[in-house]
Amino acid sequence: MKKTLALLLAAILVISVFGGCSGSGDKAPYDNRQKGKEIAVHVGSEPDTIDPALNSAVDGATLIVHAFEGLMKLNQNGVPVEANAVSYTVSEDRLTYTFTLRDDLKWSDGSPLTAEDYVYAWKRAAATRTAADYGYMFDVIEGYPDDLNVVAKDEKTLEVKLTNPVPYFLELVAFPTYFPVKKDVVEGSVKNGVETWATNPSTYIGNGPYKLVKWTHDSEMIFERNEHYYDAGALGPDRIRFVLMSDDNAIMSAFQNGEIIFADQIPNDEIEALRNKPEFHIQGQIGTYYISFNTQKPPFDDPKVRMALSLAIDRDYIARVIGQAGQEPAGAYVPIGLSDADPDKEFREVGGNYFDPMAAGNEANIAKARQLLAEAGYPDGKGFPTFEYLYNEEGSGHKLIAEALQQMWKDNLGINCTLASQEWNTFLHTRKNGDYEVARNGWLGDYNDPISFLDMWISSSGNNDAQFRNKAYDELIRRIKSTDDRETRYKLMHEAEDILMNEAVVAPIYFYVDTYLKAKELKGFYASPLGFKYFMYSEID
Amino acid sequence: MFSYFAKRIAYALATIWIIITVTFFLMNLVPGGPFLSEKAPSPEILKAMEAKYGLDKPLAVQYKNYLANIAKGDLGYAIKAKGQRITDIIADKFPVSAKLGGLAILTAVVIGIPLGSLAALKRGRLLDKTIMVLTTAGVSIPAFVIATALMIYLGVYVKIFPTYGLKTPLHYVLPVFSLAIYPMAYIARLMRSSLLDVLGQDYIRTARAKGVSGIFVLFKHALRNALVPVITYLGPLTAGILTGSFVIEKVFTIPGLGGEFISSITSRDYPMIMGLTVFYASLLVIMNLVVDILYCIVDPRIKLK
Repeated sequence: MKKTLALLLAAILVISVFGGCSGSGDKAPYDNRQKGKEIAVHVGSEPDTIDPALNSAVDGATLIVHAFEGLMKLNQNGVPVEANAVSYTVSEDRLTYTFTLRDDLKWSDGSPLTAEDYVYAWKRAAATRTAADYGYMFDVIEGYPDDLNVVAKDEKTLEVKLTNPVPYFLELVAFPTYFPVKKDVVEGSVKNGVETWATNPSTYIGNGPYKLVKWTHDSEMIFERNEHYYDAGALGPDRIRFVLMSDDNAIMSAFQNGEIIFADQIPNDEIEALRNKPEFHIQGQIGTYYISFNTQKPPFDDPKVRMALSLAIDRDYIARVIGQAGQEPAGAYVPIGLSDADPDKEFREVGGNYFDPMAAGNEANIAKARQLLAEAGYPDGKGFPTFEYLYNEEGSGHKLIAEALQQMWKDNLGINCTLASQEWNTFLHTRKNGDYEVARNGWLGDYNDPISFLDMWISSSGNNDAQFRNKAYDELIRRIKSTDDRETRYKLMHEAEDILMNEAVVAPIYFYVDTYLKAKELKGFYASPLGFKYFMYSEID
Repeated sequence: MFSYFAKRIAYALATIWIIITVTFFLMNLVPGGPFLSEKAPSPEILKAMEAKYGLDKPLAVQYKNYLANIAKGDLGYAIKAKGQRITDIIADKFPVSAKLGGLAILTAVVIGIPLGSLAALKRGRLLDKTIMVLTTAGVSIPAFVIATALMIYLGVYVKIFPTYGLKTPLHYVLPVFSLAIYPMAYIARLMRSSLLDVLGQDYIRTARAKGVSGIFVLFKHALRNALVPVITYLGPLTAGILTGSFVIEKVFTIPGLGGEFISSITSRDYPMIMGLTVFYASLLVIMNLVVDILYCIVDPRIKLK
């Protein structure tokens, strides 16, 4: 009897483990890599929103640039070119932009798109009641936030008046927040005061190359070619399947299995092994990883102390050994990838390094750091209070960097710090309120202009985590924002960076890079320095 | 019987109300807020956002409004998933988690109970020891290790199973198995000790002495009583597993409810946190009620009072 029972149990075990395999002899049904002209790619996990006005995420923007298009768009080289606009003129004083729209513009439901649609979309995105994260992108326009000076002169002509000359206005116009949305769809979707149009493929009407046909939350979004798009003939894939995944290893497995041909997220410890594979790509991204000092808290109210801590960091080691993805050690705050007054030159190239961030510079930097610390009254670190370094616990990188910094400060300056980690939201709260001494920080730019890295340090800024208060700096930023001379503007921006770096308000660590995996046969794909991915002109070889 | 249920439902509602209240105030005590991000919104925008979700009102008013809405069955709109109703999100994702969880519970019960019984019957023998070693591993190895290992070996190296999504029956194997291992091992261990306990009871000896056959003693007398602790465990387990596992869903990219529990808290999505709490609390209370009913079916000595 017992034998029978044992056999029975063993059989159940075997069946339950391998039962699912039956019929798996035919080629894996989930491998749809090359079925017809569909591509499956990963650019991020479930987006919070795909409403162009409300989105503030990079992956959300990638989805949105496939479903919408602005007056201008960024080409393969990141330069704004005409898209919905066929041409534009700028007034003498560079305050009035007049855009002329193409004749053949239609929404994805076939209805015509006019200049009025832009007026509606811009006013909506900027309005206080919309409460869009990126609503401030309209603060360059007269009447911001609730009475934007943008008018439709006729069906095809849009005129907008700026408060100051804005050299990067065309780039703003190419940014998703400036995309048009369809008024009757948006307003018709309001339920209990909440707009629901962007949550449902049937109401998600766009004007871009693709249209959303299916959205399975936390699983996938399927986009199909939009036959009403004026340039539909030039498009690549018939269908793009954006797979919504968040787990590093799962994404990696799906890529290795050929279930996706593009992966935007790579486990850190795999990078070393992937580095020389043709599928692995590194691209510059406009952003800086840095640490911010609380400039109101002693001893960090002393620029010498801040500078000493900054110079004692071996950035080369952090970028090479911990970052591992080709991050550029930072010898300044404003990152690489931003143009200077002469558009052929980079801001970073012109400004140069404030100290040598490479391994070769360590010795000199550390000697200077020790001297500064002694001048501040702490020779060999004697008498320097133990302080706390704060970081967020998400991902493994921040912790490793924190430990490396702790060790470097101990070895090079003889000072002690303790490490504290907080969960992301709590961390943001603590840092913003200045309840810290030294903290991990980072900033990504939203357009090709250094001002987005500089104006955050004015006294009244909500992003001034360092609690930096400097009248000369505030005045400098005010002048930058009101001048219309490109040369002067960039000269002043370099001066502003000089203040930040000489006062060591922040200690830049490295400039961000964007790493991704792309199957060799995927051609015609490109990415912008803002991290947006463009699949509309891609094809499978 | 009727008064018993009326009383139980009253208790259940009271329990849910207490859970809502505690969660509501604890949630608001945690630093941070739903609108914090790396790039801070301007004070005007922040105000507009708070007004939009009614978070500008005093806490007591918010609490009162929330209770009033719940009474109407309205859980409100999520803050993070912009424009999505919380009831829709739950209706969308719970079935996915429930299906996966249901299969996992079934697997755990179907394998765990016989496995534990077998170990008890073969007490001290090699088979018992093997089962105990395996189940100890099963309860101590974290799910994410099992899930990742299964995915890498059976999904990437030996390409038997797909690694993400739930499109075909084949897609269910790895996540169901990863999800089932812990409860399966736990049930087996519970079953073993409970059955050993029962087999030592006088009434079993009596049955044997009366000449009842071994298999009859086991199925008619022993197993039924030995199941009581397993059923106790199954109640909360069912509620827990049906609502999804954060880890398994993340690893296998399954659009279930599990991930929402964690992400709603990290993003301080207040209405979402509350909505999920209400849902989970209700499910837990219902499952416990089901367990109580099952008790008196299995063991007639237990009466519903």
